[in-house]
Amino acid sequence: MAMVDEPLYPIAVLIDELKNDDIQLRLNSIRRLSTIARALGEERTRKELIPFLSENSDDDDEVLLAMAEELGVFIPFVGGIEYAHVLLPPLESLCTVEETCVREKAVDSLCKIGSQMRETDLVDSFVPLVKRLAAGEWFAARVSACGIFHVAYQGCTDVLKTELRSTYSLLCQDDMPMVRRAAASNLGKFATTVESTYLIAEIMTMFDDLTKDDQDSVRLLAVEGCAALGKLLEPQDCVARILPVIVNFSQDKSWRVRYMVANQLYELCEAVGPDCTKTDLVPAYVRLLRDNEAEVRIAAAGKVTKFCRLLNPELAIQHILPCVKELSSDSSQHVRSALASVIMGMAPILGKDSTIEHLLPIFLSLLKDEFPDVRLNIISKLDQVNQVIGIDLLSQSLLPAIVELAEDRHWRVRLAIIEYVPLLASQLGIGFFDDKLGALCMQWLQDKVYSIREAAANNLKRLAEEFGPEWAMQHLVPQVLDMVNNPHYLHRMMVLRAISLMAPVMGSEITCSKFLPVVVEASKDRVPNIKFNVAKLLQSLIPIVDQSVVDKTIRQCLVDLSEDPDVDVRYFANQALNSIDGTTAAQS
Amino acid sequence: MNGGDEVVAASADPSLPLEWRFSQVFGERGAGEEVQEVDIISAIEFDNSGDHLATGDRGGRVVLFERTDANNSSGGTRRDLEETDYPLRHPEFRYKTEFQSHDPEFDYLKSLEIEEKINKIRWCQTANGALFLLSTNDKTIKFWKVQDKKIKKICDMNSDPSRTVGNGTVASPCFVNGGVPEVNSSPGGISSLRLPVVTSHESSPVARCRKVYAHAHDYHINSISNNSDGETFLSADDLRINLWNMEINNQSFNIVDVKPAKMEDLSEVITSAEFHPTHCNMLAYSSSKGSIRLIDLRQSALCDSHSKLFEEPEAAGPKSFFTEIIASVSDIKFAKEGRYLLSRDYMTLKLWDINMDSGPVATFQVHEYLKPKLCDLYENDSIFDKFECCISGNGLRAATGSYSNLFRVFGVSPGSTESATLEASRNPMRRHVPIPSRPSTALSSITRVISRGSESPGVDGNSNALDYATKLLHLAWHPNENSIACAAANSLYMYYA
Repeated sequence: MAMVDEPLYPIAVLIDELKNDDIQLRLNSIRRLSTIARALGEERTRKELIPFLSENSDDDDEVLLAMAEELGVFIPFVGGIEYAHVLLPPLESLCTVEETCVREKAVDSLCKIGSQMRETDLVDSFVPLVKRLAAGEWFAARVSACGIFHVAYQGCTDVLKTELRSTYSLLCQDDMPMVRRAAASNLGKFATTVESTYLIAEIMTMFDDLTKDDQDSVRLLAVEGCAALGKLLEPQDCVARILPVIVNFSQDKSWRVRYMVANQLYELCEAVGPDCTKTDLVPAYVRLLRDNEAEVRIAAAGKVTKFCRLLNPELAIQHILPCVKELSSDSSQHVRSALASVIMGMAPILGKDSTIEHLLPIFLSLLKDEFPDVRLNIISKLDQVNQVIGIDLLSQSLLPAIVELAEDRHWRVRLAIIEYVPLLASQLGIGFFDDKLGALCMQWLQDKVYSIREAAANNLKRLAEEFGPEWAMQHLVPQVLDMVNNPHYLHRMMVLRAISLMAPVMGSEITCSKFLPVVVEASKDRVPNIKFNVAKLLQSLIPIVDQSVVDKTIRQCLVDLSEDPDVDVRYFANQALNSIDGTTAAQS
Repeated sequence: MNGGDEVVAASADPSLPLEWRFSQVFGERGAGEEVQEVDIISAIEFDNSGDHLATGDRGGRVVLFERTDANNSSGGTRRDLEETDYPLRHPEFRYKTEFQSHDPEFDYLKSLEIEEKINKIRWCQTANGALFLLSTNDKTIKFWKVQDKKIKKICDMNSDPSRTVGNGTVASPCFVNGGVPEVNSSPGGISSLRLPVVTSHESSPVARCRKVYAHAHDYHINSISNNSDGETFLSADDLRINLWNMEINNQSFNIVDVKPAKMEDLSEVITSAEFHPTHCNMLAYSSSKGSIRLIDLRQSALCDSHSKLFEEPEAAGPKSFFTEIIASVSDIKFAKEGRYLLSRDYMTLKLWDINMDSGPVATFQVHEYLKPKLCDLYENDSIFDKFECCISGNGLRAATGSYSNLFRVFGVSPGSTESATLEASRNPMRRHVPIPSRPSTALSSITRVISRGSESPGVDGNSNALDYATKLLHLAWHPNENSIACAAANSLYMYYA
């Protein structure tokens, strides 16, 4: 065994641990690869460390992933750009492992390194690597190859470029669908580097093949290619070559492909430009909105607002709006829900009159939907309509919808509506709120589910912030304090919770005059849980009220509690007393 | 019907009846040796190349076999010379490795024991010389990688392990910003650092579980099947079929759900499901009522409506209590090219053309002689035995199991009358006593079925000798040769022709 000088000892351990049995230690060493490299020096890193790593490709995936990442930034440690090529062999072997995330990271790192390499090195070592991977025996290598063509292509000779293009076209026709998928998803990237003459002649041919692939999974990746290639082509070529493909895809046999079109619609519209959008994509989109498959309609419905922004209001009203009306009573609740989440955004696009004429009936029917998510989605976007037509037209329908949601039997629905109450309050204004919603807010405080009671208490605080202490004093505080005599201790406890949240908003005076007497009274409760919550609450009130109140009222109350028979009550009382002493000491 | 388009060039005239010979046996039971329950084979599957064979057992183990003549062609020539009387080399396998795929578990939420028994094995795409396969028990599917790993010996370490303990230096070093300033000051120190040297000796196969697909099935999983797209597979239980992406194990998509709103209305369960071998959007599933449904995944996300339904036309004869029970399909298999579909129910083996949904192209009686004994079979639950079926790579023949460790091979190409009964033993033809079928007298109601293949095994009239306990449920046909692997309890028998 070799002995190592003391200062190097930690590094020696790191190096040894590259081969430790414990994966955590190996991982640790791999993450410190740069430290090891620095210690070894550039030359030994190139001649020993990198070859060592190259043979390490049967390690655990986590270690390989870390290695792939580290190697991506390793150029400085091997002696700079001129030696960048020595990093290629270990990454090449990482490109062939079967774990997808390792391969992807290795491809990333190869791209990083390749884009920094000198042109001669690129031709001498990077391009051959691409060719080797592309001709790999196993599909994993060929999949990885697809992701690095765009780096190799830039800055290599014309002869090599021709070869690379034909290699890529072979990958597009590979036997393995995995390879064709990789080729399809990287085609856009590769196309950005290819000269425009070959774009039409060769890349588009590959693309056409992919769009006709038997495998749905390949065709649906080609949909993204439409957007990517469309941006590279001249407008007239795009119309001639891409547009028919999009229109075909929108009528594909497979719903997954149509779903992709619906999902990518905005990007596709951008690619073909506004004129073609109006003439060709509007009919395609209308078809998608009326698709047989609910999943497709969900995706399409979610894009309604974004799509209408590309059109003028007349076209939207003429073509899209009839579909929107149909969708608002779609058989699938998820379709209606998707529509409800975006439809409010159409109001600013259509303007006030059209919104009142066309959209309002849809809003109202969605507000009465049997599925709570639909109603919630409408309510959550209320502000967008408020700006255009005001709230009055909606308020008649709004209230029953809110009340119904507030009493929904699923507590998550109740929770969701409580969280929108502050938004509603700000939109609807004080007057509306007083009459209708106040009672609901109190009702939630006594809900059967703790999360609802907790959210209700928090809601009171947010309302007090919204409308100010004076209003809260009138409309919230008396009702809350009434509950302190509730026979159920959990409800009494909720009063304490509400007080602790509202006190900072309401300020010292109200806290002393209104809250404190109630709290002191509660300290004599028969349930220990109430009593120690009083102790905790009193502690939280200390910074809010005057020192004199602390000394006079709070301290006495806590002293009484600290002699309570219950151990928990005594514990929290003493903690509160300590904090009083702490603050007093700090002040003096 | 024309099965000719599926014929792969065979060395001999493919229409000639095959002469089956014993090839190999693994785990043969000695006389009087008792079979351990955990050793009973519960799944058999060849991989696509036919170079590997996997079996699963009730003990949750998966055993892999590899073809001995696949890799070393140099050794093969010598063998050829030696065995000149066997011009056709038949595949021979040797034990490769085994691993524990599933362990018994307990579902605490439902208070259910989950057996470790392997229900199905499916091979996946080979990559980097490693083998990949999916195995499943009742609830959990696992994705395995089996690779030859070199046994490594690491030497030439920097530090003496004993020294680490001795001087109390922190074992895992910590640097600030990765900086090691002292290194620069001691150039001599750098050269004293060494990288560990790894010397490898022989290699041995190691199995690692790469993914676990769990918690997606309320009922027992009966089938798994890979899709031709190479990225998805399906898993089917009694009421639902789920679709998985191989890479994603925390979610799956429900594509078929036959669960009625009220469980009292339940009249039909899924018994088997398989993807089409080449069309990624097509799958077939069979039901306990004897129907097979073909599904097109392109049509909709939830495929509750089938695109084609294959059912035997309603029989004219009298229906008995057992009619529905024996109609239940226990297994379906697509032929290699995907045009024909083989199905097995309790009494028969049927071949379907997926372009013809009016009825099966051919029906083969597997154990017609059991017809009068359905009552006994019901009493001892044998009537619910799930026999598997398999079809040869060239699509010309099909095989399926029976009782008394017998299995039957039928020629399924048009005009073929080939039919053989073999016993899973060293002498497969021992029980092969072809007896011309008796004129149908008592059984006149079933004459509508093609009556070839109605030969009865054993000595006629003495079928009481049949042993219901020794049933041959699992078998597989080599993908491109006439070779069958079948399981008789804990033994794996292989035959060739």
